[in-house]
Amino acid sequence: MSEQFSRAAYWTANLKLMALCLSIWFVVSYLFGIILVDQLNAISIGGYELGFWFAQQGSMYVFVVLIFFYAARMNKLDKKFDVHED
Amino acid sequence: MELKTLTFLVVGATFALYIAIAFLSRASTTAQFYVAGKGIHPVLNGMATAADWMSAASFISMAGLIAFLGYDASVYLMGWTGGYVLLALLLAPYLRKFGKFTVPEFIGDRFYSKAARLVAVICLITASVTYVIGQMKGVGVAFGRFLEVPFEIGVLVGMAIVFIYAVMGGMKGITYTQIAQYCVLIFAYTVPAIFIALNLTGNPIPQLGLGSSMADGSGVHLLDKLDQIVTDLGFAAYTAQKGTTLNIFLLTLSLMIGTAGLPHVIVRFFTVPKVSDARISAGWALVFIAILYTTAPAVGAMARLNLMNTIQHGDVGAADGNLVYEERPSWFKNWETTGLLKFEDKNGDGRIQYYNDKNEAFATKAASFGWKGNEMVKVDRDIMVLANPEIANLPNWVIALVAAGGLAAALSTAAGLLLAISSAVSHDLIKGMFAPDISEKKELLASRIAMAGAIVVAGYLGMNPPGFAAQVVALAFGLAASSIFPALMMGIFNKKMNREGAIVGMLTGLLSTLIYIFWFKGWFFVPGTEMAANTPANWFMGISPESFGAVGALLNFIAATIVSKVTTAPPEHIQHLVEEIRVPRGAAEAVDH
Repeated sequence: MSEQFSRAAYWTANLKLMALCLSIWFVVSYLFGIILVDQLNAISIGGYELGFWFAQQGSMYVFVVLIFFYAARMNKLDKKFDVHED
Repeated sequence: MELKTLTFLVVGATFALYIAIAFLSRASTTAQFYVAGKGIHPVLNGMATAADWMSAASFISMAGLIAFLGYDASVYLMGWTGGYVLLALLLAPYLRKFGKFTVPEFIGDRFYSKAARLVAVICLITASVTYVIGQMKGVGVAFGRFLEVPFEIGVLVGMAIVFIYAVMGGMKGITYTQIAQYCVLIFAYTVPAIFIALNLTGNPIPQLGLGSSMADGSGVHLLDKLDQIVTDLGFAAYTAQKGTTLNIFLLTLSLMIGTAGLPHVIVRFFTVPKVSDARISAGWALVFIAILYTTAPAVGAMARLNLMNTIQHGDVGAADGNLVYEERPSWFKNWETTGLLKFEDKNGDGRIQYYNDKNEAFATKAASFGWKGNEMVKVDRDIMVLANPEIANLPNWVIALVAAGGLAAALSTAAGLLLAISSAVSHDLIKGMFAPDISEKKELLASRIAMAGAIVVAGYLGMNPPGFAAQVVALAFGLAASSIFPALMMGIFNKKMNREGAIVGMLTGLLSTLIYIFWFKGWFFVPGTEMAANTPANWFMGISPESFGAVGALLNFIAATIVSKVTTAPPEHIQHLVEEIRVPRGAAEAVDH
C-alpha cells in the first residue's frame, strides 16, 4: 500500500466515522430533544417525559460518550493506517 | 462565625491560592505564554477548558433561566454542550496538528492571506471583548452582593487578581489557576444542589432527583407537581414548549457552532502534547462541563418549586392559601434588601399573590379571589442559584462557597478571553503584520503589555458597560458561528478552498449576521435606531437575532463555495499543508515552533 493511497483511505475511514457520530449527535439533540419532543413526551421514564429528558439530560450524556467513542476509534484508525504519533 | 467574615475568609483563601499558583507557573517563552508550552495533560486541560468555558452566566444565571423558561431553556443546555462534539470531531485535532499559537494565525496561513487573518482578528476581538465585559461585571456584582463591597472596588480587585496570574504566567499561569477555579466552582455548585434534591425528593443525586417522586409521601413526580403548580397560577406548563420549533432548532444550532468557533475555547486545545490528546481532552472538558450542566436543570426546577410553594402554600383561591407578608422567611427579606425580589401589596390583604396576570383567562379568575394583579413585581432569575443555600437552610460556609464559586467562574472565563485578545494583538497584529522580525523576548514583552492593556480596557468597560455588553449571546456566538467556524471547517475539510472564497465567505457570514442583529436591536445597539421592533412577528420566518448565526454560517458556506469555484485553486504547498494537518503523525515537530 503506497503512502498516498493509505492516507486517502485513512481520511475516508475518518469521514465515515465522523458521519456516524454526527448522525447520533443530531438524532439525540435535534430529533429527540426538539423535533419529536411532543411525540416522545407521551413516553415516561421515571418522573421524566422522554422528550424533555433528552433535551435537558440525555443528549448531554450521549455527547460525552460520543467524544470518547470517536477518540478511541480514531486511535485505532491511526495505528491501522500507520499515521499515529511517536 | 458571622456570614460576612466567613465569606471574606473563603474568598480570600481562594484568591491566595490563585496567586500562589501564579508564582509557581511563570512563563519564560512565548510558547509558554501563548499555549503553555503544549505540555498540559489532557484531563487537566479538560478541567481548565471547563472553567474557561463556564462563565459567571453559566454559574449564576443559567439555572434561573431554566427555572423560568422550563423546556425552552434546553437550547442553552444542548447548545453549549453539543458544540464540544463539533470541536472534538471537526476542529481541535487538526488545529492542534497545525501546531501554531492562535486561531487567526491558522486562518492567515491556510488561506495565505493577511486580509483573512485580519478579518479573523476583528471577529475574535469583537466576540471576546463583548464576552469579557460580562465577566468583569459579574465579579463586581458578586463582590457587591456577598461582601457588600462597592461595585467598582469589586471590579478593581478582580482586575488585580487576573493581572497577577495572567501577565506573569500567560496561558501557563491561566491554565493552572483555571484548574483550581474549576474545583472551587463545581464544589460550590453541586453541594447546595445535592441538599435541595435530598430535601425535596429523598434522592441525593440532583439528576435523578429531578425525575423522582416528591418526598412528601404524595407519590407525585416532581416535574408533574411543578407543571401543576405553575399552570394553577396561570403560567405556561414547565415542561411544555413555548417558542417555535424552527427558532428553537436554529438557536440550538447557532449556540453549538458558535461554541465550537469561539477562539478562547479552541486555543485551549493547542496546549496538549499530542493530536490524540486534543480529541480525548475535548471529551474530558465535556465531562467536567456536563457535571454542572446536568445539575442545572434540577437546580432550576427545584428552586422554582420551592419559590412557588413558599408563596402559594395553600390552595389557589383559598383565603389562607397565600403567604402572609409579615411571616416571610429570612432569605426572602435578605434578597428584598438587594432589590432582586420586590413585593407590592396591590390588593392590601397583607398576603403575597404570585401569578401570571398576563394570562387573561386566569386573571379574570384571580379577580374573583380578590387578587388585583401579580404582587411579586420583581423576581430576578439570578436569585435561583444565589439564594439556594438559604432556601435549603444550609450552613453559612456553603453560602460563602457560592460566593467564591461565582467569582471563580467569572475570573477563569475572563482570563481565557483576555489571553485570546492579547495574543491576537501581540502575535497576529504586532508579530504577524507590523513587526515580523521582532525577537522572541520582545514579543513576550509585547504580549505581557497587551495583556495588561486588555485587562485595563475590560475593567473599564465592566464599570461602564456599553449597550452591546448585554448582547453576548447574539454578538459573540453570532460572529463565531457565522464567520470563524465555517472558515476553520472549510480550511480543514475542503482542500480546494482558496483565499478569495474564504474572505468573501467570512465577510458574507459576518455582515449578514451583524445586519440582522442590528436591524432588530439598533445599529451598533444604539437605542432607537432599530429598523423594526424586536418581536417574533417582525422576524424573518420567526428567526430571532440570537438564532441567526446558523443562517449566517450557511450563507458563508454558500458564498465561499461559489467564489472558490470561479477563482484560481490554492497553491500546491497549501493543498499539501491541508493533507498534512489531516494526519496526526508529525505533530511532535510542531512543538518547537
